[in-house]
Amino acid sequence: MKTLLRLSVNGRLREDAVAENALLLDYLRDTLGLTGTKQGCDGGECGACTVLVDGQPRLACSTLAHSVAGRRIETIEGLSTEGNLSRLQRAFHEHLGSQCGFCTPGMIMAAEALLRRNPQPSRDEIRAALAGNLCRCTGYVKIVESVEAAAACDEVSA
Amino acid sequence: MGALSEFRLLSPASAAEAVRLRGAHPASRFIAGGTDLLPNMRRGLVGAEVVIDLAGIGEMREVQHTGDVLRIGARVTLATLAADATVLARLPALAQAALAVAGPTHRNAATLGGNLCLETRCQYFNQSEHWRQANQYCMKLAGDVCRVAPKSSRCYAAFSGDVAPALLALGADVEILGPQGVRRLPLAEFYVDDGMRWLALGPDELLLAVTMPLANGWVSTYEKLRVRGAIDFPLTGVAVALRRDGDTIGELRIACTGVSSRPEFIAGLDELAGKPLDDAALATAERHIKRGIQPMETTLVSVPYRRRATPVLAKRLVRRLWDEGS
Ligand SMILES: Cc1cc2nc3c(=O)[nH]c(=O)nc-3n(C[C@H](O)[C@H](O)[C@H](O)COP(=O)(O)OP(=O)(O)OC[C@H]3O[C@@H](n4cnc5c(N)ncnc54)[C@H](O)[C@@H]3O)c2cc1C
Ligand code: SF4
Ligand code: FES
Ligand code: FES
Repeated sequence: MKTLLRLSVNGRLREDAVAENALLLDYLRDTLGLTGTKQGCDGGECGACTVLVDGQPRLACSTLAHSVAGRRIETIEGLSTEGNLSRLQRAFHEHLGSQCGFCTPGMIMAAEALLRRNPQPSRDEIRAALAGNLCRCTGYVKIVESVEAAAACDEVSA
Repeated sequence: MGALSEFRLLSPASAAEAVRLRGAHPASRFIAGGTDLLPNMRRGLVGAEVVIDLAGIGEMREVQHTGDVLRIGARVTLATLAADATVLARLPALAQAALAVAGPTHRNAATLGGNLCLETRCQYFNQSEHWRQANQYCMKLAGDVCRVAPKSSRCYAAFSGDVAPALLALGADVEILGPQGVRRLPLAEFYVDDGMRWLALGPDELLLAVTMPLANGWVSTYEKLRVRGAIDFPLTGVAVALRRDGDTIGELRIACTGVSSRPEFIAGLDELAGKPLDDAALATAERHIKRGIQPMETTLVSVPYRRRATPVLAKRLVRRLWDEGS
């Protein structure tokens, strides 16, 4: 059964009729067409679906859309402003933090929450914050370096 | 992977209303953080016509510190719990156990109540529908036989929550709300050693809160063994709480997870009270631990490993606490 869901997605208030059993992941991808958020596993294992809910990383594949009614959702699509990549997006691009790219939106959203909370994290703090995000390509070293590079650039992200 | 089956989502504003809804809808389930329930529903392991969301119940999100008792609402998230100043300072085993659950993103959603009520786990159960069908299912769901112990009349799926052993070692009680009101139980009595019915929770009862003493003179810790350093469930997990009396043991409590269908409070350790912590005392503890746990082939990692590793881990933690507690 569909009922009305009100929430904010990437800064825009929305009102949509959404099935009560819809996952936040399906709502973002299928209803809103925000396919940057990925589904990498059959539930809770990989972190590819990480989005921010009121600034905190959450797994969109293990969250009911209606359970975040009234909250502020941010996805990878919300990071760039007027076509300019955010500091993390640029750092992942320039420091080879992304290979196939499938884990990248989740990695960047988890890292974004970290940098807002702790602008100058240590290597261990970066690894701890990304511990729930799996990558089958990079071996993680380049990802950690990308986050360090983003932290090192002064510019505040959008 | 399959989408979720059809269900209605109800969002009560009070715990009493949640219990009433649960009673009115027999095929219903509570959802807290959803990090256990939703993956299980997607794999067809759990079904529900009605899902009752506990998110809007403010009274279940409180951490209260009155006198020498700490009361933690069941809807408090593990991230909040692990960062709570009182928990960090006075109940380190609880903070460490909460931090050992899954990954950081899970812990932002995952709750204390969901962790204590976690579905038991087994390598023959936590699989896709296709996998289970190809293996003709098992007794826990849709089959007749236990694949782990084919002659057994019970299921041995392992309770694998990290927080319960810490709370057992810390002497916690649970508050349960039912249609008749609140009842209190020692946490140990909340669990049953049966992989299919592991909770002493009635069909229309809700876990409301957990209470524990903030006793002086205790030190405590929790550690788990797992395949990867993050995300994984415990192959075995051990919580230890120790009160040292000068050069002798005042009281020693050990509880384990992942090695039985319930979190296991190790019985018999009271015989160590008044004794020094020497090799003989550690050997006695090892004997009681081996008697208390029953790991079965519920994980890919072997039974002998989990049987041997559990007392080794426990003894390591006891020695560490002994030095800390002096
Ligand atoms: C990849 C992955 C790794 C994981 N690793 C670990 C791990 O290492 N250690 C670990 O302990 N867990 C682990 N988990 C399981 C889970 O994330 C945690 O146990 C979490 O704490 C469950 O809490 P929740 O609030 O999300 O529970 P939910 O999924 O909301 O609920 C779990 C169960 O408890 C019931 N329930 C919830 N609250 C109440 C209540 N107040 N009263 C009565 N019933 C209730 C629900 O009906 C459901 O049956 C993992 C999960 C995943 C997907
Ligand atoms: S212990 Fe046996 S019955 Fe229980 S889940 Fe495993 S195989 Fe199935
Ligand atoms: S899709 Fe893998 S954790 Fe959400
Ligand atoms: S870049 Fe391919 S999964 Fe991480």
